[in-house]
Amino acid sequence: MSKRKLKNAHLPIGECVSQVHQILRERFCRHQLPERPAGLEAQHKHLEELLKRTAVHGESNSVLIVGPRGAGKTTLLRCVLRELSKETEVQKNLLQVHLNGLLQTDDRVALKEITRQLHLENVVGDKVFGSFAENLAFLLEALKKGDRSSSRPVLFVLDEFDLFAHHKNQTLLYNLFDVSQAAQTPIAVVGISCRLDVLELLEKRVKSRFSHRQIHLLSSLTFPQYLDRVRAQLRLPDDFPDGSFAEEWNASVKSLCEDGSVDEVLRRHFHSSTDFRSMHALLMLCLSRVSVAKPAIRPADLLDASRLCSADTKVNMLRGLSVLELCLIIAMKHLNDVYRGEPFNLQMVHNEFKKFLQRKSNSMYNFEHPVVMKAFEHLQQLELIRPVDGSSAKTQREYQLMRLMLDHSQIMEALQKYPQCPTDIKQWAASAFA
Amino acid sequence: MKSFGRLRVRRFYTWRGNPLSSNRKLRTHEYESLAIRVDGLPRTTVIRTGQHILIEGDDDDNPFAAKVVRLFGDESGQQKKAVVQWYVRVSEVPPSKLKLLGRDPHPREIFFYQGGNCDDEVNAESIIRPVQVKHLDADASFPPSDDGDDDETLYVKLAWDSKVFRILDSALVASPPRHPNPSLPPSPPRSPPAATPASRTSSRCTLPTPDPTVLRRAALGEVRRSRAAASAGKNPAAMEALHSETKLSASKCLSAKRRHGTERTPGVRKKLQLCSPEKTVMVREDALTQLLDEELEKERTLAKRVPSSPARSPTLTHRLTPLRRTNKSLAAQDAVSLKPFVITCRKVPLSEVESPTPTRDNSSSRAATTPCTKEPKPVREPALGDLAEEEAKNSSPPRSSKRKSALKVSYRIRKQLNLMDGQQDLNSDEDDEDEFVPSKELQSSSEEEEAEVVVKKSRVSSAGSRTPRSSTRTPRKTPRKNAPGTPRTPRNATPSIPSRSLPARRPANVLEEARTRLHVSSVPESLPCREQEFQDIYSFVESKITDGTGGCMYISGVPGTGKTATVHEVMRCLQHAADTDEIPPFHFIEINGMKMTDPHQAYVQILQKLTGQKATADHAAALLEKRFSNPAPRKETTVLLVDELDLLWTRKQNVMYNLFNWPTCRHARLVVLTIANTMDLPERVMINRVASRLGLTRMSFQPYTFRQLQQIITSRLNKVKAFEEDALQLVSRKVKPAPSPVPQLLPCVGSLSSLLRQVAALSGDARRCLDICRRATEICELSAAGLVGMSHVMEALDEMFSSAYITAIKCASTQEQLFLRAVIAEFRRLGLEEATFQQVFVQHQALCRVEGLQPVGVSEGLAMCQRLGGCRLLLLESSRLGVLQRVRLNVSQDDVLYALKAD
Repeated sequence: MSKRKLKNAHLPIGECVSQVHQILRERFCRHQLPERPAGLEAQHKHLEELLKRTAVHGESNSVLIVGPRGAGKTTLLRCVLRELSKETEVQKNLLQVHLNGLLQTDDRVALKEITRQLHLENVVGDKVFGSFAENLAFLLEALKKGDRSSSRPVLFVLDEFDLFAHHKNQTLLYNLFDVSQAAQTPIAVVGISCRLDVLELLEKRVKSRFSHRQIHLLSSLTFPQYLDRVRAQLRLPDDFPDGSFAEEWNASVKSLCEDGSVDEVLRRHFHSSTDFRSMHALLMLCLSRVSVAKPAIRPADLLDASRLCSADTKVNMLRGLSVLELCLIIAMKHLNDVYRGEPFNLQMVHNEFKKFLQRKSNSMYNFEHPVVMKAFEHLQQLELIRPVDGSSAKTQREYQLMRLMLDHSQIMEALQKYPQCPTDIKQWAASAFA
Repeated sequence: MKSFGRLRVRRFYTWRGNPLSSNRKLRTHEYESLAIRVDGLPRTTVIRTGQHILIEGDDDDNPFAAKVVRLFGDESGQQKKAVVQWYVRVSEVPPSKLKLLGRDPHPREIFFYQGGNCDDEVNAESIIRPVQVKHLDADASFPPSDDGDDDETLYVKLAWDSKVFRILDSALVASPPRHPNPSLPPSPPRSPPAATPASRTSSRCTLPTPDPTVLRRAALGEVRRSRAAASAGKNPAAMEALHSETKLSASKCLSAKRRHGTERTPGVRKKLQLCSPEKTVMVREDALTQLLDEELEKERTLAKRVPSSPARSPTLTHRLTPLRRTNKSLAAQDAVSLKPFVITCRKVPLSEVESPTPTRDNSSSRAATTPCTKEPKPVREPALGDLAEEEAKNSSPPRSSKRKSALKVSYRIRKQLNLMDGQQDLNSDEDDEDEFVPSKELQSSSEEEEAEVVVKKSRVSSAGSRTPRSSTRTPRKTPRKNAPGTPRTPRNATPSIPSRSLPARRPANVLEEARTRLHVSSVPESLPCREQEFQDIYSFVESKITDGTGGCMYISGVPGTGKTATVHEVMRCLQHAADTDEIPPFHFIEINGMKMTDPHQAYVQILQKLTGQKATADHAAALLEKRFSNPAPRKETTVLLVDELDLLWTRKQNVMYNLFNWPTCRHARLVVLTIANTMDLPERVMINRVASRLGLTRMSFQPYTFRQLQQIITSRLNKVKAFEEDALQLVSRKVKPAPSPVPQLLPCVGSLSSLLRQVAALSGDARRCLDICRRATEICELSAAGLVGMSHVMEALDEMFSSAYITAIKCASTQEQLFLRAVIAEFRRLGLEEATFQQVFVQHQALCRVEGLQPVGVSEGLAMCQRLGGCRLLLLESSRLGVLQRVRLNVSQDDVLYALKAD
């Protein structure tokens, strides 16, 4: 090892940087599973035991993994499966069926997919034959024929489990859970959902058949732990080809995390959300700035990335508008103030705008009515305003009632950032009577 | 038969002769014989007492066999009854009992039925036709079975009294004393039995009774026959040549068929058509063509006698061939008690027969002749089936393979003739336009028919092999045209999960053993706490089975109270009782409303489980209706368990209606047990006529009390000492989730007994209880404790029932918590339980300033809101509405405040 390190000690810097990019990107995009899901040891153990019992002893089980988005539910399951597949006893026996509620939108599709993934005998090539009813009967018959000791256990993974609960009669769930509670082919049903109330979605018969095992991925994270996690995510592994570069990089990461401004940025980020995914998004932005010329992450990069992450999308859109459109937005804001959020139409907005023009007696913004209307339509297309539900269609376009989809703070922020914004408009925005 | 609607043959039944005697009391008249006339056919079949007959059953392919003991009718002549002695087919003997036989049953073996619990009185109108039953000695071997079931003869060796097989006295089976052969209208009594063969050969209109023995012999000795023909001096050379040719190509054709299984030889068909181009005739395909050809043959043999007049009307009738006549004459010469059965045959119009003659004679059309004439003999077989009187001493063993093939073909022909009968039935008057259309459909139907036969053959010959089964059952409207290249639907795929390569591990220690026993799936030795319910259901079903009546029962109860388990247990016990002959045998089938995609699938599943047929929902409903409403004799009681009844609800409720209506039919012998969750389902959802048929036999399963739950678990564990005693009580006792005195009990051993109460309080669901215990064993295993203690059970309980909302709020990020607080603040301000995001956001900004946090932007705020909505801590409108979307709390405000305060 040390020899190799020595030998590889002087890789060209470009090589090193591209290596860093590759390693870290894989980590951030979740291609690379972590060694162990951090902070989820108990859950990991629970799930692993459960699946092992199905695979080895042929015991049927059902379990739900529940946690907010980005909490690592799928990662946990994948880690467990990776570990299990290392055991030959499991690897040779366990059949896996992966379903996703977003893909298998009804039981018909789901059944076909199950049949296909199990390679039952009514599958030819990639096609599943038979009607819905036949498929169901066939699958149930197949599962019924098996028994605890002789048939291969089947693992059903239902991603977005809550969506399966919306299928008609919950036929699929009932049958899966029923099999898991009967002396048939051993199956393990693992549902993954982010909804905490997922059990309430289940019909009472389905619910009774579910074993009520839930694995909650709710970890309360403190900021130091969060910081550790950031550091661990950025750290290069020990077997990095260029030892000295890795050391340098790790040291720079360490100092980065100790930096005051970085601490502030991360803290802010931590307060806003604690999940992995937003953290990865942030770090990915930093990583993209690492180059041969600058082979480390600097605090400024993190600040920029953070700014980019927390930027308001609507404000960015406003910055691209014409002055006329901006004026209309401001007029709408005033109307909102005056009428306390009541909807408005083009005529009202135009009148408000005209009042402003009269006060200024400035013909600079004297637009024809059709031009104003066009601008108004553009705003609607950008969904900065949207018609009030129900009243649409029949009324003439000028009189169609609209609502502004922006908060005041967003408008003011946009005006601040608007390049060469006329002062009188700024003043008008601040006060209707300016 | 598959297209039963289409092929339905109408039969007319009439008494023949005067009543032999009459019973004053019962007002019945006893008759000696019954004439059956098939609509559209000139033949009439006579059933006499002592004859063996086939009786319409549920399975058209295997009608019931019986012997007529008595025939009688009521005074009005409306009701025709028959008292019969039943025979049991192999398929009707329970598989478990078949083992008693000690050998594989012959496919056409039947057993003399001596069991008492069958109604031996049947409606005479369910009689199909006579059949040949042959008695064999117990140690005699069966005649080698031809690999098709093409012979109608049934063999009887043993008697079956629903318990054991006994040696059967041949006298019981023996055919009745011979009566003078009666002749039938419309034919005047013609030749007496002793009529000389010669005269019969020449007589145009009289048909001899085809004696099976003779026929068989005839089939063997075609050469002889042709010689006979030759001796009759009718174009001997031509006959000879024809026969040899025929034999050759027929056998070739057959063997090819055997080889290819279901494959058809289209060439043959085409040429057949060429052979007799008349469409009206051709629709009846080969068999008919064969008939025609034989007709032709006859024509040729009778050369001068029948003038060929093309002007004749093309009515077609079944005719016997001159060959048969020759056979007959042979038979007569052999003269084993021959009973000629006379039937008139209308004079045959030979116009259409005439036309193909030239082609046929022409040796170039060899293939064409092949299928037509390949088996001159079997053509007679169907007629035989219809006409022949039973002949018990038909004992000539088949000798040559030639005969086998002939027999097989004869079976096919019979099938086709059946079909034809049906069709003729339809167009008995020639104007029926449907029939005249030389439609593809008919042709295809014939194709199907043929395919079916072939399939059947192959099925019989290679049982267990994968054959396209469904084609034999389901009526298909469109001909299936499968190009040879396209992948076929794997119709007979066997549903199975591959078996594991490594064996499952056995439970190694006490805890694992306990876990196995506690799994819901493990079948307990007994069902404790449901003794009363068990008894009620048992006695209900048992009484219905012994009485041979039907009935409905409605069982309700919340999930996990053992409804299905109890019914299954009852069925197991009853099955056991039936096995030990305490009660008559019965048939148990089960459907589940949740396990079908549509309520109407119930019919399909019931039919499939009853008979193994596959059919569409409508067709299945019709078949079941027929099965249950028709007085079919000798039916076992069927016990039908309908689980999750409420799922069978349709707008018209016809599924439920049928389910409850069938048991009320007199002959149905159907017991329906229905299970659902709600006690008042009949009142709530069923319309009156359905609820009324369901009746008032109801039972409701109460949720388990904690004592019962405890008993269940103890009985399951049964000596496996895995739980501390009080842990069990803990599981079953009624304790509110609030802090309980349990912790104080913890230290003292023998104090773990209230968990079950909690479950009992929550649901009374045994499944829940078992799951908790199972989880507790796991936790125990993790903590490496010897026995499952209180703490383990508590932990398991906690895991399963504690709400995750509070934890979720505690684990949320600071800003998210703040947002929740802002929501509450805004609600308080508005006095409503709903606010737009914009409103909440204003509050949020303010709170941020108060808390000294940097305020977040609108986009970030929305993202936060979405995250909370994803967990369902908040309920949100569609995110397209942006800042205008309305926000609601999914948790109580108190919970939120509690969670946030505890922080």
